[in-house]
Amino acid sequence: MTMRAYIVRRLALLLFVILGIMTITFFISRVIPSDPTTLYLGGGHPTLEEKARAREALGLNKPKVVQFGIYVKDFVSGDWGQSLRTRRPVLNDILGFLPASLELILSAMILAVVLGVSVGAFAAYRKDRFVDHAGRVAAIAGVSLPSFFLALLLQIAFFRVLHLLPVSGQLSIIVAQEHPVKEITGMVVVDALITANWAAFWNGLLHFILPTLALAAYTAGMTMRMTRSAMLDALESDYARMASAMGVPDRVIVGRYALKNAMPPVLTVIGLLFAYALVGTFFIEQIFAWHGLGTYATTSILNLDYPAIMGVTIIVALAYVTVNLIVDLIIVRLDPRVMLS
Amino acid sequence: MAAVETAVKGGFSDWRLRRQSAIEESRYNVRVFLRDKLAVAGLMVIVGTVLIAIFAGYLAPYPDQGRGNSDMQNRLQGPSAKNIMGTDQQGRDVLSRVMFGARIPLIISTVVTAGVLLVGVPLGGIAGYFGGWIDEAVMRITDIFLAFPALVLALALVAFLGANLRNVAIALVVTWWPWYSRLVRGMAISLRERPYVLAAKTMGVGHFAIIRRHILPNTIGPVIVQMTVDVGSVILEVAALSFIGLGAKPPTPEWGLMVSDGREYILSAWWLSTFAGIGIFGLVLAYNLVGDALRDVLDPRLKR
Repeated sequence: MTMRAYIVRRLALLLFVILGIMTITFFISRVIPSDPTTLYLGGGHPTLEEKARAREALGLNKPKVVQFGIYVKDFVSGDWGQSLRTRRPVLNDILGFLPASLELILSAMILAVVLGVSVGAFAAYRKDRFVDHAGRVAAIAGVSLPSFFLALLLQIAFFRVLHLLPVSGQLSIIVAQEHPVKEITGMVVVDALITANWAAFWNGLLHFILPTLALAAYTAGMTMRMTRSAMLDALESDYARMASAMGVPDRVIVGRYALKNAMPPVLTVIGLLFAYALVGTFFIEQIFAWHGLGTYATTSILNLDYPAIMGVTIIVALAYVTVNLIVDLIIVRLDPRVMLS
Repeated sequence: MAAVETAVKGGFSDWRLRRQSAIEESRYNVRVFLRDKLAVAGLMVIVGTVLIAIFAGYLAPYPDQGRGNSDMQNRLQGPSAKNIMGTDQQGRDVLSRVMFGARIPLIISTVVTAGVLLVGVPLGGIAGYFGGWIDEAVMRITDIFLAFPALVLALALVAFLGANLRNVAIALVVTWWPWYSRLVRGMAISLRERPYVLAAKTMGVGHFAIIRRHILPNTIGPVIVQMTVDVGSVILEVAALSFIGLGAKPPTPEWGLMVSDGREYILSAWWLSTFAGIGIFGLVLAYNLVGDALRDVLDPRLKR
């Protein structure tokens, strides 16, 4: 199979999966609830007239198949309904809150991957030595620690005890007033950097540290474990031994030959971990008063803002399948043998 | 027919020998497991937690407060001889709350495990055994479920079904079954070609009887290992759902809910969230250590 054929096939599969996502969300929001109209009117005791109007607007009088068709059409045309709480289109809300979350996710993922891959590779190189054991314990601890609990511990340690870092928020109020950040990308630190607003940039970075650490722990632990096991495979292979026998320095064998071959399984896990980070923001952002998709999601859930909940669910699933597709394409590029299986 | 004869004959003559070697192998496995000190510690934590959960009514210093009775005179007292872990915002003994709090994660993870065994495992067996369009259909359905990050699907389900622990269990079964269907299906595909399955078929045993008696029992080992590895995640998810207010409701003692309650007082009364959080962390860590060790023992390909 050529690369192009592979990509075409994967894109076709992606369409199928998106249709599947729509089916499940349709079932959750329209078929399972006994009375969807009340949900979409925001609970309470709507009058019969209001209910009839809502039923008409949602198309609930039509057969289920037609309803599903309308549901998919609305989704494709960007009409994701109106938030019951903010009274704005859900898609606008989501796109507005997304950058702040992406900024947090990216910084956490970068930290976790750099840390996980380097420690994991080093642990495999020093198998059964102290670094390896310490790494294993740290990785399992990172994977077992609930992110929301870690976030609180970090707040106690760095704010209450050490007085080193801000407890929550994205910018200190004073800095936000004296050095307002001009919105370009919606990511505070990135915008501050682009506009050379150094006071805000530095302040923003300080606010980034704790949420990033809380979000990165699980991802770093998983990446470390996967890297270690993939690196062990690579280091025990014939080519690694051959290179070692030929006098190639360990640094080159580990850093260049083995690491490259260990990458595909590690990348797969990183793709899956992206989902974890995405959902992790639901808990972290709430604790750190971060104005992103996560806070939007939890506030919507607590206020039973059903259109918003559904919108967030769909956008997260879409982001997840897209990232996994990108990861798979990178892997195929690194190792074309994957296409054959 | 030749295949059937060898299968039947081989089965009887080898039986004693295989039985013997199976016992020796399991003894060996237990020895390997016991050599992993962390895993043994994990096992002890799990057993201890189960005992505490069962006997919380007798072990807790203030059982009534553990169940939810408040004592407003003693609000937010720090750790002392009277209340080793301090008291919470309603004056309840945190130690007692933590002990009673062990019940919910254990109950929910058991229910979810049972649900996954009843749904995911048989579906995987059916898909792998029959193959063809049935296999294709089941696998495509699992694909769709796996397109969601598990916790997001669980959140949406609980939000729409109504926030309570029963719906949390339902939602977790919905998000976990596809993994087990895939695992079992992979094994069923190879099992269906085994001589004893062919023998049963030629003797006219029905398809579902074969799946029940010859396919599924042979997949149970890896399924149990996978479950031990996954229980930690299930406990984390239960706590996470309760933390954002979708699981247990006050005054139910539940660790995730307790961590969430303590958030308001995190800078003045650190003990509220901390001990409940340690409960979650300890139990999840224990399951992860045991699950890892079990996988190393029973799946030598991964042994390092």
